[in-house]
Amino acid sequence: MARYRSLRDFDWPLVVIALAICAMGILQIYSATIGTVWAEAWWRQCLFVGGGMVLLWLGASLDYHTLINQAPVYYWASMGGLVAVLFLGKEVSGGRRWIPLAGGFHLQVSEFVKVVLILLLARYLADLKGDRLQARDLLKLGALTALPAVLVMKQPDLGTALSYLPILAMGIFLAGLRWQHAAAMALVGLLALPLGWHFLKDYQKARLVTFLDPSRDPRGAGYQVIQSQIAVGAGGMWGKGVTQGSQTQLRFLPVPHTDFIFSAFAEEHGFVGVVVMLGLYFLLLMQVVQNAQMAPDRAGVYVVMGIAALLLFHLLVNIGMVVGRMPVTGIPLPLMSYGGSSIFSWFLMLGLVNNVRLRRFVN
Amino acid sequence: MSQYLNEADEYAAPAKRPLRDDPKPAGGRIALFQYLALGVFLFLISGFWQLQVRNPEFYSERAERNSIKALPVLAPRGKILDRDGRVIVDNHSSFSLILSREHLKPEHVPIIAAGLNLDRGELERRLYRFRSRPRYEPVIIKEELTRAEIAFVEAHRDPEGLPELELVHAHRRLYPQNSLAAHVIGYVGEVSEAELNSPEFIRYEPGDVIGKAGIERQYDDHLRGVDGQRQVLVDNLGRERRVIGFKEATPGRNLQLTIDLDLQVVAELAMEGRKGAVVALDPRNGEVLAMVSRPAFDPNQFAGRIRSEDWKLLVSNPDNPLLNRAIQAQLAPGSTFKPFVALAGLESGAIDENFRVRCPGGASFYGRYFKCWVKQGHGVVDLHKGLVQSCDVFFYNVGNRTGIDDIARYAEMAGFGRKTGIDLPHEAEGVVPSSQWKMRQFRQKWYAGETISVAIGQGALTVTPLQLAYAVGGLAMGGVWYRPHLVKDLGRREPPRIAKINPENASKVVYGLYGVVNEGGTGVRARLPGISVCGKTGSSQLASNQALKSSKLGQLLKDNAWFVGFAPCESPEIVVAALYEGGEHGYLAAPIVRDVIKAYFDKKSRVAAALVAENTRRFGPQPAPGAPWAAAP
Repeated sequence: MARYRSLRDFDWPLVVIALAICAMGILQIYSATIGTVWAEAWWRQCLFVGGGMVLLWLGASLDYHTLINQAPVYYWASMGGLVAVLFLGKEVSGGRRWIPLAGGFHLQVSEFVKVVLILLLARYLADLKGDRLQARDLLKLGALTALPAVLVMKQPDLGTALSYLPILAMGIFLAGLRWQHAAAMALVGLLALPLGWHFLKDYQKARLVTFLDPSRDPRGAGYQVIQSQIAVGAGGMWGKGVTQGSQTQLRFLPVPHTDFIFSAFAEEHGFVGVVVMLGLYFLLLMQVVQNAQMAPDRAGVYVVMGIAALLLFHLLVNIGMVVGRMPVTGIPLPLMSYGGSSIFSWFLMLGLVNNVRLRRFVN
Repeated sequence: MSQYLNEADEYAAPAKRPLRDDPKPAGGRIALFQYLALGVFLFLISGFWQLQVRNPEFYSERAERNSIKALPVLAPRGKILDRDGRVIVDNHSSFSLILSREHLKPEHVPIIAAGLNLDRGELERRLYRFRSRPRYEPVIIKEELTRAEIAFVEAHRDPEGLPELELVHAHRRLYPQNSLAAHVIGYVGEVSEAELNSPEFIRYEPGDVIGKAGIERQYDDHLRGVDGQRQVLVDNLGRERRVIGFKEATPGRNLQLTIDLDLQVVAELAMEGRKGAVVALDPRNGEVLAMVSRPAFDPNQFAGRIRSEDWKLLVSNPDNPLLNRAIQAQLAPGSTFKPFVALAGLESGAIDENFRVRCPGGASFYGRYFKCWVKQGHGVVDLHKGLVQSCDVFFYNVGNRTGIDDIARYAEMAGFGRKTGIDLPHEAEGVVPSSQWKMRQFRQKWYAGETISVAIGQGALTVTPLQLAYAVGGLAMGGVWYRPHLVKDLGRREPPRIAKINPENASKVVYGLYGVVNEGGTGVRARLPGISVCGKTGSSQLASNQALKSSKLGQLLKDNAWFVGFAPCESPEIVVAALYEGGEHGYLAAPIVRDVIKAYFDKKSRVAAALVAENTRRFGPQPAPGAPWAAAP
C-alpha cells in the first residue's frame, strides 16, 4: 500500500500553490512577450512546468537518505559540469552560463548545483555530533560552498554564486554556532568586503553603486532600476491590466519575462495583485517550513530548510531588486521567471520537500 | 514504482552511518526563520506600498513621459498668388529636426553638432534661448535636412544613440527665383528673442516661424496656419508603436495679391542692374499692379534660418538691398512735383491760365540767383509750356506767388507728407515742408527763399515712389484717391478720399502732362503709339542738404531720375512711378514707365482678343465691339 500512501501523503497544497504561481508566471510571460521574438516563450514555459512535474515526482521517489549518501558523487560531477561551462559554455551577453544541449535547450548547471549543495551540506551536517559546530567543520563547510561559488562567479554570475550562501548560512544556523565563530566570520566578512570589491567586474560595481544612488546614471546602470520602479509605481492599486502596461509592452522594462517579471506583473496587476502573489509565495514558503518541522530526522530538516532559505533568498533579492531595495543581480524569480533550468531545479527541490514529507513516518 | 520506493526505504533504513534522528533542537530555530521570512515579506510589501499606493501618480506620469511623445504637426503657410491666381510663393516639403531637451544628454551636443553640420556654439545658444520654455517642448534645431543628415538621425534612434532627436515633416517657403517681388512679399523667419519681448508678438512662442517683412509679415495671421500635434506611443527604441492622439494642423489660407506677374516681370526687367524702384497702381481702385525695388535680396536665404555670413553681407551692403525703396526711399521728387505746384497755384488763385513768365535761363529771388535747367532759357512760358518743358523759372514764379503754405496744403491733399496706408509694414512718410513744419522741426521762421526750391521739388521736400504714383494717380482721376493696397478683397472696400478741387484746374494740369510725352516735352521717351500716355519727368539732387552737396561725396553722387506716368490720359487705368537712382536725367526713367504701361495694354488686348475668340466659338461671329481702351486722339 506504499503507493497509495505516497500519493495521499503528497503535499498537495504545496503543489497547488506552486502550480498557481507558475500559472501566473506563464500569463505574465505571455503578456510581456507578445509581439516580440520571445512570443513563444509562454508555451515553452508550459512545457517546462510539465517537465517540472515529472521532476517533482522523481525528486520525491528515491529516498532522500539514498540521495544524501550519493551527494558527493553529484557534487563532484556538477563541479565538473561547472568547469565544463567555463570552457564549453555558450556565451550570451558577456557571460558563459549555459551548456547547449540537443533541441535548442541550454542547461544552466549552476541552477542544479543548488540542489546538490543542499544534499551535500545536509549529509555533512547530519553526521555531526554536539550542539555547536567546530571551527574545522566551519572551514570544511565554507570550502565546499566556496568551490562552486567561485566557479559560478567566474562565469560571471554573481547572483547565482551568492545564492549558495544562504544554504550554507541556514545549515550553520541550524547546526548551531559558537558566538566566537560568528564574530570571527563577521570580521572576516568585513575584511573581505574591500577585497571582494576589487574582484568584481566593472558592471557589477556599477550595479552596486547604482543601487545606492539610481539617479546617478539614469540612462546607464541605473536605467533598469529606475524603469522597474516606474513600472511598479505606474501599476498603482489595481494595475493596468494584462498586456496593458506601457513599461512592459513598450520594452522600457528590461527582460520583463525573466529577471524583471515581477516588475511587469506589478505594473499590470497593481498592488492588489502583488499582495496576492506575495501571499502565494509566503504560503509556499510556510508550507515548505512546515515539512521541515515534520521531518523524521536531522538530514530531512537540513534538506527542507536549505530549500526554504534558498527560496527566501531568491524572493528577497529578486523582488527587492524590482522595487529598488536590492541591487540588480540578475537572479530569476522562482517558478515565475521564464527559464527551463530554473523551473526544473525548483520542481526538483519541491520534490525533495515531498520526499522528506513522505518519509516522516519512520517504519 | 511502489516496489521501487519500498526497496529504497528498506535500503535506507539500515544506513551505514547512524543519522541523527532527533530533529528537535532545530524547532526553535525554524520558528525564528519563520519570523525572518515574515519580516522579509513585510519589507517587500512595504516597498510596493511605497511605489504603488503612496505616490503612483508620480510614476504614472514618468511612465507616460517615457512612452508618449508629442510631436508637432507643422502647418503649411498659405500660398501667395498674383491677381490672376498664379502662384508667387509656394511651399515645398522638407524635414526639420527637433530635439527633445527632456532627453538631451549634455555630452551629446558636440556629437549632434558634428553629425548635422551645425555650429556647436550656435546650437548651445539656441538651446539656452529656450530655457524658459517647459522642457518637454521640443526645439527645432535644423531645417532642410539633407539625405545624409536624415540618415544620421535614423542611424542613432536607439537609446544608446541620440534618442533626443526626432524628424518632423515641415513645409519650407519657396520664393520665386531672381528675387521677383522680393520686397513686396518679404520673407519668413523664426521669431527672435527681441521680438518675443515686444507686445506685438505676444501670441508667438520661441521657435515659431513668422512673417518678418512685406506681405508675409503684414498678413501673417492670414497666411500662418495652426500647428497640430501628434501624440505617439514609442517603445524603448524610439519607434512609433501607435498614434494615441492627433490634432490636425490647420493650414494657412492662400492670399491673392493685386500684383500682376506680367507687369511685375516687365518692371523687374526694366530695373535690372539699376538702383531704384517702380510702383504701378490702378488709380481707379488703388490696387498695386507691380512694385519693384532694386537692389533686391533673395528671400530664399531667409526661408530656413539665414546663415549669419549671408545676413552680415546683406546689412553691410551700402546699397541696402533690404530697403523697400518703393515705400521707404524718401527723396526729393524734383520736377515731378511741379504738377502739384501748378495745381496749388491754380486752386489758390495765385495764377490763372493766362499767367506767363519769360525764362532767360534763370531768375533772382530774395537776393539769390536760381538757374533754369536749360541755360539759354525757354522764352515766354505759360502753364502748359511750363509743364511740357519743365521750365524751372516758370515754377519759381508760381511757387513764389502761391507761397509755401498753399503748396504744402495741396501737396498734403495729394497724399504727400504722410503714409498712404498701403498694407505693408514700415512705410515712410516723406516730408512736406511748410512754415508750421519748420517751426515745429527747427523752431525757426520760414524764409520765402526756401519756397523757390520747394517749387521745383527740391529743398526739404521728400517723397516715396509710392506716394508719387498715388498722388499723380489721384490727380489724374480729378481728385479721387484710393488707398493703395496689395491684397484683393480682404475686408470691406474703402471709399476713396475725394478732394474738392476744380476739375478744370485738374484737367489743365493733366493736359500739360499729356504734352510732356506727346508734344515733344521732356518725357517723349514714354510715348506709346495708339495709347495716350501722360507723364512728368524729374531729376533731383540726391541730397537736398547743402552741406552734403558741397562735400566731395556730394559731387560724386549723381542726380536721381524720376518719371511718373499714367494712361490713358482722360480715364487713367494705370499710373506708374519710377525712381532711377543715379539716373541723372528724368527722361532716362521714362522708358521704364513706358514698358510697364505697354505691358498693361498689351495684356489687355490679348485678354480681349481671347475673349472675342471665346465668344465667337460659343455664340458665332460678333460685330467687332468698339474697344473702350482705344486711345483717344
